[in-house]
Order: sequence, then structure tokens, then C-alpha cells
Amino acid sequence: MKKIYSVLVENRSGVLCKVAGLFSRRAFNIDSLVVGETDDPTVSCMTIVSSGNEHTLEQIEKQLNKKLDVIKVKTFEEAESVSRELMLVKVKYNRGNRRDIMEISDVLKAQIVDMSKTQMMIQLCDVPERTRLFLKMLQSISIVEVARTGTVALQKCRDQEN
Amino acid sequence: MNGAQAMVKCLELEGVKTVFGYPGVAICPFYDSILDSDIRTVLIRTEQNAAHAASGMARVTGKVGVCAVTSGPGATNLITGIATAFADSIPLVCITGQVNSELIGSDVFQEADITGAAESFVKYSYLVKNAEDIPRIFKEAFYIANTGRKGPVLIDVPIDVQNAPVGKFRYPEGDVMLRTYKPTVKGHAVQIKKVMAELEKAKRPVICAGGGVLLSDAQDMLRAFAHRYQVPVVTTMMGIGAMQTEDELYFGMVGNNGAPCANRAMNDADMVIMVGARVADRAVNQPEIITRDKVLVHMDVDPAEIGKNAGPTIPLVGDAKHIFEDMMQIEIRCDHGLWLQTLYEYSQIMKETRGSGPSYIDPAEFIRKLSDRMERDAIYVADVGQNQIWSCRNCIVRDGKFLTSGGMGTMGYSIPAAMGAKLGCPDRQVVAVCGDGSFQMSMMELATMRQHGVSVKIIVIANGCLGMVREYQKNTYGGRYSVVDLSGSPDLSKLAEAYGIRFIRVSGRGEEDAAIDAFLRDDDSVLMECIIDPMDTVK
Repeated sequence: MKKIYSVLVENRSGVLCKVAGLFSRRAFNIDSLVVGETDDPTVSCMTIVSSGNEHTLEQIEKQLNKKLDVIKVKTFEEAESVSRELMLVKVKYNRGNRRDIMEISDVLKAQIVDMSKTQMMIQLCDVPERTRLFLKMLQSISIVEVARTGTVALQKCRDQEN
Repeated sequence: MNGAQAMVKCLELEGVKTVFGYPGVAICPFYDSILDSDIRTVLIRTEQNAAHAASGMARVTGKVGVCAVTSGPGATNLITGIATAFADSIPLVCITGQVNSELIGSDVFQEADITGAAESFVKYSYLVKNAEDIPRIFKEAFYIANTGRKGPVLIDVPIDVQNAPVGKFRYPEGDVMLRTYKPTVKGHAVQIKKVMAELEKAKRPVICAGGGVLLSDAQDMLRAFAHRYQVPVVTTMMGIGAMQTEDELYFGMVGNNGAPCANRAMNDADMVIMVGARVADRAVNQPEIITRDKVLVHMDVDPAEIGKNAGPTIPLVGDAKHIFEDMMQIEIRCDHGLWLQTLYEYSQIMKETRGSGPSYIDPAEFIRKLSDRMERDAIYVADVGQNQIWSCRNCIVRDGKFLTSGGMGTMGYSIPAAMGAKLGCPDRQVVAVCGDGSFQMSMMELATMRQHGVSVKIIVIANGCLGMVREYQKNTYGGRYSVVDLSGSPDLSKLAEAYGIRFIRVSGRGEEDAAIDAFLRDDDSVLMECIIDPMDTVK
């Protein structure tokens, strides 16, 4: 089972280490972890994706809440969220596969953001499942480097925010 | 005023009377400033014991214990003491000196990343970067340590911050408001009603009280509650003393080293009320037993403990004292006479018989006799090992306290903790009971006792080996004993003489009574060696 934790924390040095340390100390999984400042510069938002059984996922929320640098924890499943991941892929191309790469990029709405005579860099921003699919499609082409942000997510819009 | 003076001022404003510690360059500004204060300083002989002593003091006074050590090895030596306090939720403020702020990260002499190293053992930690922050940080630290689920808070103060000027010292008044920390104190009214409704229906309820009851000072409420609704009580190791041992409703300690009758009560109950207990492995080995076919109520101030090891029927977050108060507002009709009768029968049938050799002192009987003759409000500090188990099962607690390192099981805890307890309650009798292994882990503190005139009575239950491990090796490795022989231990009579402490040795059955009387006679420190059968076991 997968859960997304949107964790508002004090924007201070050492907080990321404390939260990450909690996961390793209690043997919780981190599938991905993204940190960034919010609209309030004293608050950062960590988006953590974790997997485990129901008991573990509940413990994660409780243990996060217990940390003194954590302001608020929101927990939701992928289905009730809008989630995105940004990925940059650098590939080697040649005359033979250039068209294929561009077609795949076109189909998956990826953009070519940089290019040289032998390499191109493609950017994709989509749900995690489709970034995975994109990588899979590029597998037959020679990938040089990949950088991914990990998932950022917010709960879907509702008329009553809680 | 500089940072160090501000630190001392904060301690004074928090009502701190004693600081345990060990100086070094990086904490010298603080130790210089404390000379101008009425706060008593106690030079402990190794840093770990500073935290244990502060823990002993905190547990008998209910106030935050304070220790202060230097950077690097001073700070890292403190970690086991901090971890011990963390495991048992004991409120401490631990101050460490740190190298000059500008040098942090460059691996200079006596630099250690102590906030990083201690992270998983502290409730919270601060690295002070600005001397102006000292009043706020100290105010927060004391508040965090002693509220909610209590625990140690670490404050790491670089030497330049201690020396930096503090323009205007203003100690925050009133309650601390932190957006990230709002412990729940009052139990949810609906949940409380549910608990009482279940109690009314229950035929065989039992309360299992943990250390949280003592930490919230709820023992009187627990006793009143148990008597009013006639509910039998068992405790975890940390909960010993929550009920008077001789209370007719008390059936002993649970767990794999507990009283058979207490475990039977938990097993046969149709309703278990866990209060201030973690459902940890030593107390409840198989959590499924207390959830299957039972109504499990789990009351704890820390929501993360509820459901961690056993899923309760009724979770109830809050402070034990408040919850008991609120529960007693609700009238219910219940009669558990039959159930109590069954438990009395169990306790008769399941009485333990022990097999010490006929010429040896039986440690269980010895501890019963000793604790029976101690003052009513005496403080008994048990160390870790066989002595701990014999103590837990046989110590008679009345209006006093029973202290031990339960969660961490840190050997060498008893002597420094007993010293801290005695300094916290100078008018009460304090007895530390350890084994010959654990004694040697903190015997250097005999000097501290002498230096500061702290009269603690120490009993060393001597069997010439690491008895608990030896017993485990006997049962698990078929008697292949590895690294448990304690040959080479000093002659304790000479050691006591060297420290100028009175010494008594008791070795033969029948000599206990006279020895115990001599041991307890006056208020002076005494070291008593009680020789037992080297092959004696707890089971």
C-alpha cells in the first residue's frame, strides 16, 4: 500500500535530517521525498511517498506528528491527490532514432529542452506512472543520465479545505 | 551579561537547585558563571552518570533534572545516559559545551556533532547560534522536557555563544506556545464514557499501570479508582510503586520476568486497561493475547504509543491523572468480587518457591526483608541484571519509590540515580541495589558521594559473575559460558575503606536480619556486600 504524506515543517537547518532519520530509525520506507519552501518562508513542505502495511503507514503519521519540528501532517492516497514528477532525461541520438525519440516525446507530451550534435535532453512533467512509462519507452535508446524530482502532491481541491 | 550568565539565570528562574556534570574548556564559561549562583554543582566521575543522577533527581522530585558537560567526549559519554532517560520518558535538560561556532564542522579538538549523534534519543535538541536566543531556548527546553510525554532535551552551546554579550535578558513569561507542539492532556469525553460503559459490562477487568502513571503523578488517583470500582491492578516494571505492594488489589509485575499471577490476570481478563504503558516486549511478549477476545483500552499521553504494539478497542489520549479524575465523575455499578476471589486463589497457588542452596542467602527473601524494614517513604533503586528481577518481584514499596532503568536496561544506573534521588529528597532513605557487574560500572561514584556528602546505602548482590547473561547462556547455549566470569573484582571491604565508607559483608543464611538492621541503622552511606549462590537464577 502506498501513502503520500504532505508534511509542513519548520524551515530550519537540520529538520530534513531529523525527518529522514525518523524513517531510517524506525525502518519505514521512503519511496520519494521532496522538500521545498511554501508561501510562508518559515515553513517548508515535505512530500513523502511511503509504502508499507496499514499499521506501518499509520505509525508513520503518528511518529511524524510527534516530531517537534513538524507543524502539520496530511496523509492521502494517490487517488485523492494531484501528483506530479519532473524528470530530465539525457539521451544519445543518431540519424536513425531521432525521429523515434521525437515521436515518443510527442505522444507523452515531453519537451526537448536542450540539444547538441549527439545528445538531447528531454523534460517531462507528469504523474509518476507516466514518467516511468516514458523511461521504459526510451529504454531501447541509449540513455546518458536521468534526474527525477520525486513526487510532489497535494490533496485534490474541495470546497471545504481541512 | 553574557551567554553563560544568561544560561545560569535561566536555570535559576526554572528553580533548578542542582546541576550534575563534568567541566571542560567548552563549558567553562558556564561553570565560571555558576560560581556566582546558589545552584549546587556536583562533580560526577564520568559523564554518563551525570544524566543518571539528574534522572534520579527528576524521578523523585517531578522536576526537570539538569546536567552540563563539555564538548566532544564529554558530550558523547553523556549519550547512554540520555538514551536511558529517553527510553523511560524522564524529563532532563542536558547542556553540552560546543567548540567555537566558526569552527563547527572542521573537526577541531573535542568537537563532536552531539545534536546529530543524540537525535534519536532526545525529545528535542537545540544548537544555540545566538546568545540572544538563550532565554527563549531554555524556557522552551524545560517546557518540552516536562510536558506531554516527558523526555530529555539537549542544548548544545558553542563557547563563543557562552561568551557573547546578551543585550537585554528577558525570560519569556507564562505558557510556551509552539506551533509544532501541543500535547493532549485531557482525555476525550466520549472515549471516557465508552471506557466506563465497558467497565460496567466487564466481568474480569484488570488495569495494567506503567511508568506513565508515576510520571503524571497519578498514583493516588489510580489507587482511588481501583478501590472504588474494585478493579485488580498489575504493573509493568516502570509502573512498580504505582500501587502499594501490599494493596489487596495489587497482583504484581507482568512480563516474562513478572509474577505468574499478574500474567494470569492479564491472560484471563475480559477487559485490559493499559495506562501509561507502551505494551513493550518485556511486559507483553505477545500483544495479540491482550487484544484477542478482550476489550483493550489503551490510555497514553503519547498518541504514537497507542496502536504501536497492540491495536486497542478504545484508544484514549491524555494525561493519566486527568483521565482518572474524569472517569471517576461517572457513576457505574460493577461487582468484581468473584474475579478478585479467583485472582486471590491464583496468587496462593502460584506462589513462587525458590531453590537457593540451604547455606546461601536467598536474594529474593533478602530483598523482601530489606525493603520491609526500610522507611515507609524510602526510595529503592534497582540496577540491571538478576538483581533487578529479584528486586522487581520482591521489593515492598509503600509510600516510597522504586527506580530502575526499565526501557534501556542500562547497567550502572543505580548508584548515580540513587545519588540524584538523595540530593532531590535529602530527608528520605535511599538504597541502591546492584550486582557485582553493575556495581563496577559506576563504583567511581563512591568518590562523588564522599565529596558531596551524599549518603546512599548500597547493596552489592555478589555472585562473581554476570548472572543474568550466565543464566541466559545456561538456558540458550546449554551452559557454554562465554565472557561472564568476573574474577579480578576488587575486595569490596578494601574499596569501601579506600573511599572512607562503612562496609558490611553478609554471606551466610541466618545472618541477614542483623546485617540489614546494621545497614539501615543510621543515615550514613554504607556499602553492603551480600554473597549469594554463584549459580542462583531468577527463574
